Amino acid sequence: MRIPCPFCGERGNAEFSYLGDAAPVRPDPKAGMAAFYDYVYTRDNPPGMIREWWQHVGGCRAWLVVERNVTTHEIAKATAASALAQGTREMAR
Amino acid sequence: MKYSIFSILSQAFQGQKGWPPAWRDASPKPAYDAVVVGGGGHGLSTAYYLAKNHGLTNVAVLEKGWIGSGNVGRNTTIIRSNYRERGNIPFYEKSLQLWEGLEQDINYNAMVSQRGVLNLVHSDAQRDAAARRGNAMRLDGVDAELLDREGVRAFCPGLDFDNARFPIAGGLLQRRGGTVRHDAVAWGYARAADKRGVDIIQNCEVTGFRITDGRVVGVETSRGFIKAGKVGLACAGNTSRVAALAGLRLPIESHVLQAFVSEGIKPLIPCVVTFGAGHFYISQSDKGGLVFGGSLDGYNSYAQRGNLPMVEEVVEEAVAMMPGLGRLRVLRSWGGVMDMSMDGSPIIDLTPIAGLYLNCGWCYGGFKATPASGFCFAHTIANDEPHILNAPYRLDRFATGHVIDELGHGARPNSH
Amino acid sequence: MSDAIGHAGPVGSGSGAEAPERAARVTPNSPVAGAARVQPFRMIAGGQIERRPLSFGFDGKQYQGFAGDTLASALLANGVRLVGRSFKYHRPRGILSAGPEEPNALVELRDGARREPNTRATVAELYDGLVARSQNRWPSLRFDLMAVNSLAAPILGAGFYYKTFMWPAAFWEKVYEPMIRRAAGLGRAAGAPDPDLYEKATAFCDVLVVGGGPAGLAAALAAGRSGARVILATEDFVLGGRLVSEQREIGGQSGPAFAASVEAELASLPEVRILRRAGVFGVYDGGTYAALERVNDHVALPPPHEPRQRLWRIVAKRCVLAAGAIERPVVFADNDRPGVMLAGAVRTYLNRFAVRPGSRAVLFGNNDDALRTARDLQDSGVTVAAVVDPRPDALSSLDMLSRETGTRLVEGVVERALGSRAVQGAEIRDARGEAITVPCDLIAVSGGWQPTVHLTSHLGGRPEWASALASFVPGTLPPGMAVVGAARGDFALASCLADGIRAGSDAAAAAGFHPRSVTIPSADAESTAVTPLWRVKAAKGKAFVDFQNDVSASDVEIAHREGFVAVEHLKRYTTLGMATDQGKTANVNGLALMAELTGRSVPATGTTRFRPPFTPVAFAAFAGPHRGKNYRPTRLTAAHGWAVEHNAVFMEAGLWLRAQYFPHTGDKGWRDACDREVLAVRERVGLCDVSTLGKIEVVGTDAGTFLDRLYTNTMSSLPVGRVRYGIMLREDGFVMDDGTAARLEPQRYLVTTTTANAVAVMSHMEFAAQVLWPDLDVALASVTDQWAQFAVAGPRSRDVLAAVLRSDADLANEGFPFMGAMATALRDGTPARLFRISFSGELAYEIAVAANYGDGLARTLMAAGAAHGIMPYGLEALNVLRIEKGHAATGELNGQTTAGDLGLGRMVSTKKDFVGAAMTQRPALVDPDRWALVGFRPVNPQDPIGAGAHLLRPGAENKSRNDEGHVTSTCFSPTLGSTIALGLLRRGPQRLGERVRAYDPVRGRDTLVEVCAPVFVDPEGVRLRG
Repeated sequence: MRIPCPFCGERGNAEFSYLGDAAPVRPDPKAGMAAFYDYVYTRDNPPGMIREWWQHVGGCRAWLVVERNVTTHEIAKATAASALAQGTREMAR
Repeated sequence: MKYSIFSILSQAFQGQKGWPPAWRDASPKPAYDAVVVGGGGHGLSTAYYLAKNHGLTNVAVLEKGWIGSGNVGRNTTIIRSNYRERGNIPFYEKSLQLWEGLEQDINYNAMVSQRGVLNLVHSDAQRDAAARRGNAMRLDGVDAELLDREGVRAFCPGLDFDNARFPIAGGLLQRRGGTVRHDAVAWGYARAADKRGVDIIQNCEVTGFRITDGRVVGVETSRGFIKAGKVGLACAGNTSRVAALAGLRLPIESHVLQAFVSEGIKPLIPCVVTFGAGHFYISQSDKGGLVFGGSLDGYNSYAQRGNLPMVEEVVEEAVAMMPGLGRLRVLRSWGGVMDMSMDGSPIIDLTPIAGLYLNCGWCYGGFKATPASGFCFAHTIANDEPHILNAPYRLDRFATGHVIDELGHGARPNSH
Repeated sequence: MSDAIGHAGPVGSGSGAEAPERAARVTPNSPVAGAARVQPFRMIAGGQIERRPLSFGFDGKQYQGFAGDTLASALLANGVRLVGRSFKYHRPRGILSAGPEEPNALVELRDGARREPNTRATVAELYDGLVARSQNRWPSLRFDLMAVNSLAAPILGAGFYYKTFMWPAAFWEKVYEPMIRRAAGLGRAAGAPDPDLYEKATAFCDVLVVGGGPAGLAAALAAGRSGARVILATEDFVLGGRLVSEQREIGGQSGPAFAASVEAELASLPEVRILRRAGVFGVYDGGTYAALERVNDHVALPPPHEPRQRLWRIVAKRCVLAAGAIERPVVFADNDRPGVMLAGAVRTYLNRFAVRPGSRAVLFGNNDDALRTARDLQDSGVTVAAVVDPRPDALSSLDMLSRETGTRLVEGVVERALGSRAVQGAEIRDARGEAITVPCDLIAVSGGWQPTVHLTSHLGGRPEWASALASFVPGTLPPGMAVVGAARGDFALASCLADGIRAGSDAAAAAGFHPRSVTIPSADAESTAVTPLWRVKAAKGKAFVDFQNDVSASDVEIAHREGFVAVEHLKRYTTLGMATDQGKTANVNGLALMAELTGRSVPATGTTRFRPPFTPVAFAAFAGPHRGKNYRPTRLTAAHGWAVEHNAVFMEAGLWLRAQYFPHTGDKGWRDACDREVLAVRERVGLCDVSTLGKIEVVGTDAGTFLDRLYTNTMSSLPVGRVRYGIMLREDGFVMDDGTAARLEPQRYLVTTTTANAVAVMSHMEFAAQVLWPDLDVALASVTDQWAQFAVAGPRSRDVLAAVLRSDADLANEGFPFMGAMATALRDGTPARLFRISFSGELAYEIAVAANYGDGLARTLMAAGAAHGIMPYGLEALNVLRIEKGHAATGELNGQTTAGDLGLGRMVSTKKDFVGAAMTQRPALVDPDRWALVGFRPVNPQDPIGAGAHLLRPGAENKSRNDEGHVTSTCFSPTLGSTIALGLLRRGPQRLGERVRAYDPVRGRDTLVEVCAPVFVDPEGVRLRG
C-alpha cells in the first residue's frame, strides 16, 4: 500500500504504524465508564471505506487520518491530524 | 460408510465407485431447532457437538460459500495448549484432548500429529516468561518443558546456533502440541455432523435476523427465511458485519494475517518451532511443504490478502531462525481475515438478544480451538449458559476489566 | 547413456532417416561428426543459441550443451528424456514444457550449501560445470523401488489417507506419519546456510511491462518512445518470447531478428530499463509489483560481492501485462510418459534451441495453432508419423505435408501413450472408432492455450470464462493494469503486436506522456481456432490431470462422487494444483473434468484465485541482506568502545547491545563479576552506561499540563531543577511505562522511558499531542540518541563527580538534593546535564553529555573514580541493585499490572483526567484480591528461586485453583547473602511474614519462601539522600 503523506509524499505502508478506526473520539473525562468502554473497546469494524489513524513513524512522525477502503485497500486520502485540528479550530471561530 | 482400511480395499476392487458423498448437500428446511451461522471449523464442530452431546439434531449449518472456505482452510495448522493465562489454559487443553481423540470420534483421519511445539527464547527475560507460562500449564496438568540451549539443539536441528543476531537461549516445549491437516477438520466434522442428521447448507448467506421482543426467531438468508429458536454465530473474520445485522457492536476488528507454504521437500523440520526474536512459526506438512507465518499485516482488512512488507519480514525471520532455508522457495502466500479481539482472547457467550449466541474473536488462535470451541459453543447454545471452560470468554469482560491478555498489550487488536 | 534415446534412430519401426531432407538446416540422423555424437539430438545449425560448448552433469554423467540452452534443452539435445519421478506413484517423467509451467522436469541443482531442490530444468539456464540430480527416486532414477506405489494405485486414490491410518491411534506419529513423510516431498534442502548474497531494490517507473514477448516488446517500445520511464521485465534470459520460438516473419524480418531490433532500440532509450531474468511474481496494493531478478543463477558462482538474486519492489503508475499463455495438455491414458510434450514446447526446442525432442512424432491437438508444429517438425528432420485432431476437416491444411511425407492425418484422438520410461507409440482412435497404433518417440500435444492471467487476480479479481477460446481471460484488473496479447486471449501475432502498441501508448498517456505513433511491420494472419477437448477416455491406463501431484481423471471422479465438487474442495481433496507448479498446466483441465461430471459449465464450476508468487521464490531473496547478524540493526551506545576495552560481555536489549557484566581474570562465572560490581556500588562507586533509556524532550507553554494528562501523577507542579518519578497508563488503565520527568526550564521537561518502551511511549505521546489535545502548546523531540548518559552510583559518587564537573557545580546535599536536576558542564566546558536520581538506592547521579562526548566522559569518570575504587557495572548488577530496592522493571511492567499492583496506587491522582483514569476504576482492576508486588526470601538463603515460579500455599495441591501469583524477578543479593525475589501475590502486601512456595516445576524446583516487603536494602531511603 502507498500512503500519500501530506508532508513527505506517497510512501510505502511499511513506513507507517497503524492505530485503527479514527471514528471513536476520546470522551469527556466526566462522561463515565460506559463512554470510555465504548471508546477503548468497541468498534463498528465495517467493510468499505473508513477513516483511520496511521502515524508516519518512518518519516515526519505526523499522525494522519487516512481514508482507506478496508475491502479493496484503495487509499483515497490522507490528512494530517494537525490540519484537522486547525480546521476544527477555524470552524469554531 | 465407515472409513477404514477394509472399506478402502473393498472399494479398490470396485474402482472406488462405491463411496457415498462425505456429506449431503442439503437444502434449507423452513425451521430448525438451532441454526449455526458459518460453515467453517467452528460452526461445523458446534453442529456436531450439538447433535452428539446435546441430542439436538434438527440443526442447520448455514454457509455463504463452501464449507471450510474460511480460516479453517487457510491457517498454519498448529495445535497446542501452551497458554499462560488461567482463562485460556483449560479451554485450549480441552481442545488438545479432543484433538487427541478426534479421528476415532469422527472416523476421519485429520492427521493429528503430536510432534511437539517448541517456542524459542533468546534472553533471560524471555526464559523467565516462558517459565511462568510453563509453570502455569503444569498447574493445569498440561505438559511443558523448559529446554536449555543444548536441549533445543537436540530437539530441533537446523536452527541458527552460530551466527544469530539474537542467540537462542532455550525454549519452552509442549510435546503434545503439533499439527493437523486443516481441511480435513472441516470435512470430517461435516461428515460426522451430517451423519447425525445435521443439515449442511452451502451457498446460503445470512442477510438478517428476525428478532421479536428481544428474542431471535430466525434468520433471513439468500435462500429465504429460516425459522430457528436458537442462532449461533460462528463466522469469525466477518463477525462484526453479521452481528451488526442484529444490532450488536463488538470489541472486534478484522485484520489480515498472511501465511505461506514452501515447495515440498524431504523431511527437514521435525516439530513446530517458533522464533522468539520476532513473530514467526513454522512446521512441515506431511506432503513436505514448510508451512509458516508471522504477524498480522497490522491494518484493518476484509481482503484475504496482505502486502509485501510483511512477506519480507516473515521470510527474514525464517532465514534468521533457520539459515538453511535460504535456497528453498516460497511457493504460495495467502491471507486470512482474523477476528481480532481487544485482548487477544476469544468470546463465546450469550448476547443481549435471547437465543442469539456469539462465538468470535479468535485472533490467531482459532484453528487449534476448533474442537473445544464447538464443544463449548454447543453447550452454551443448548443450555443457554456457558460451559465452565468458556465462562472466562465473556462478552462483558472488557467492561468489567476481566480481560485475558496473554501478551499484556492492552486494547490494541493489531498487536495481539 | 542409459537414459538417453540412442541417436541411431527412434524406437519402433519407423526411422527419422526415412524422412526426406527438405531444409538445409536439417541434420542427418546418422552421425557424421563428433559433435553430433556428443549432442545427438542437436541440429547442426539454427536456433537462438551460441554454439559455445558447456559441459554439465546430470545424475553423475557428463554431457555437453551450448550457451543459450536451458538444462532441459541440453538434456534433450543429449537424448536424455527420463528426468524425474512423480510425487506419489514415482512414475517416470520427462520434460513437458519449455517454460515456468513445468510440472515434471524438476531437479536438484548445484551441490552442498547451494543445493536447490525442485528446480525446473526448463528455466534453469545452462552454465559450464552445472551439476544436477534427479529427485524422489531410490536407488536410481531408472530403477526406482518406490515405483511399487503404482501397483497400489487402486487404493491410493484421492483422499485415501483421510479414510485410514486411524488405528491404533498411537501409530500415527510413530509409524504411519514417518512413513508418509519420508515418501512425500521431492528434493532435499541444502540444510546449510546459503553462502550467496542477496539484495533488495526499489524502482519507480511510469510504465511497467511484464513479459518480453511480442506484445510486451511492442508495449515497451510504444511507451518508451514517449519518454516515459519504462521497465520491461521478463523472466526469460532472452527477449522475444514466441518470436524466438516460432518460425514467423514480421515485415520480412525473422522473429528473432525483429525482437533483436526492438531490443536494440529499447536499449538506446535512456528512460527504458530492461530487466532480463526478472520475473514479476506478485502484485500488491498501490501499484507495487514484486519481481525476482536472477542476477547470477546462470553462472556457476556469483562473482565476488555480487548478489545471486535481487528482489525488486517496483512501484509503477501503470502496468502492461504481457505474460503470454500456457498451453494445456490433453488428459489421456498414460499422458505423463517421457516423450509426451506440449506442442508449443516442441516448437520452442526445435526453433529456439535447435534440438529435436524426438525422432518420430505424433502430433495431437484440438486447435489450429498446434497444427503448425507439424511443419516445424518436418523442417527440422523429425518424422511426423501422424497428426491427430478430433475436429472434422481440421487437417485439410496439412494435406500437402501428408502427400510429401506420408504423414498420417487422423480425425480422432490419441487414447493412450505407449511405453514406460519413454514413449514408444501412440494408440489412436479415429472418428469411425478404429484403433490405430503408431510407433513414435514423441507425442506433441495441445489442448489449447490458457492465458497467463495469474497476476491479474492477485488483488482479488476473478478470471472470466471465454467459451470461444475455451479458456479463462482476465476479469477485474488491479488498478492501473492493462493486459495485452496472449495474456488476454489474443493469440495471433499480428494482434499481439498491435495490441501491445496500443496498450503501451495508453499507459504512457495515462502516466502523463505524449505517445508518438509507432508502426510495426505487419505479420501474417493466422488461425488460432480451438474446439474444447479435455479428456479422452480409454479402457486402461492412468490419465493425468496434475502431473506433479499425480492427480488423475479418476481422482477427479472420486472427488465428484464424494461431494467435493466446489473448486476449492476439488483442489484440496485431490491436491490438484497444489504442487510446485501450482497447476499451471492442470487447473483448467481439472475444472473442466469436474464440469463434465456435474453437468455444469466450467465457469459455474468456478476458478481458484491465484496467489503470489507466480513462480516459487527463494526464501533468501525475500530475506535479502537481513539475515544472520544483520537480521536486525545493532544499536551501540556512544561508549560501546569503552565497554569493550573493559572486557564487557554484551547482551541484547531490544536492538541495543548493552554490557551485561565485566569479567575479571580468575572469575569462576558471571556471578563473580556481578557480585563484585554490586558490592562496588554499595560500598564505593560504580559506573553504568544507561544511554539506552528513552529520552524525550517536552517543550512548550503547556508542557506541564500535557504531562499531567499522560502521567498518573502531577508534573506541572514540579519546580524547575527537580525530577519526579512517574507512571504512565494505557487508556485501558494498566501501566504502560515508568520513568522520570525532569523540569529543566519552565517550559522544558525531559522525560525518560524504559529502554523497551521508548518507541511506544514516543508514539503514544505524539498521539496525545497531535490527536487528543492539539490545542495544547507542546512540542516533542526524541533525544535518546543525542545524549549519552551514565549512572554514577555509590557512596563515593559525589566525590567522583566533583572531580569531573566544573568547579562551580554545587553538589552538596542542600544545593542539589535527591531528585535534583541541573544543567552544568564538565571541567573542559563540555555541557552536561546532571540528575540526582537513583535506581540502585545509593547516593547516585546520572550524568548526560552530547552523544559524541559519551565515550570520553566514560573514560574521564573512570579516571576520576580510580582513587575511589570505581568499577564499571553491567545489566546483571543493575538488575540486582534494583531488585534489592524493589524497583519495577520488565518482569513487573508486563502490561497486565495496575499502579496499585506495583504498590504505586498513591501515585494515581483522583483529581485530574489522564490517559487511563476512567478505566482504572473497572471492578477487576480494583479487586482487593489482585496479585500485588511483594518481596520474597527463601527460608534457606542459598536456595535459588526461579523467575516465573508460581506461588502456592504450603500443602496446597499443585493445581491452578491454588495459584496465587508468580515470581517476577530474582537474583542472589551479595549485599544480603541471600537469594531474593520480587513477585506478584494475591493480597500480597497483607501477607508479609507468611510462608509460601515458589513452585517451579519446569525447573524442577519447589522453594519455601517468606513474603516480605519488596525493598530489601535501606527501606528508609537514607543512603540515596546522603
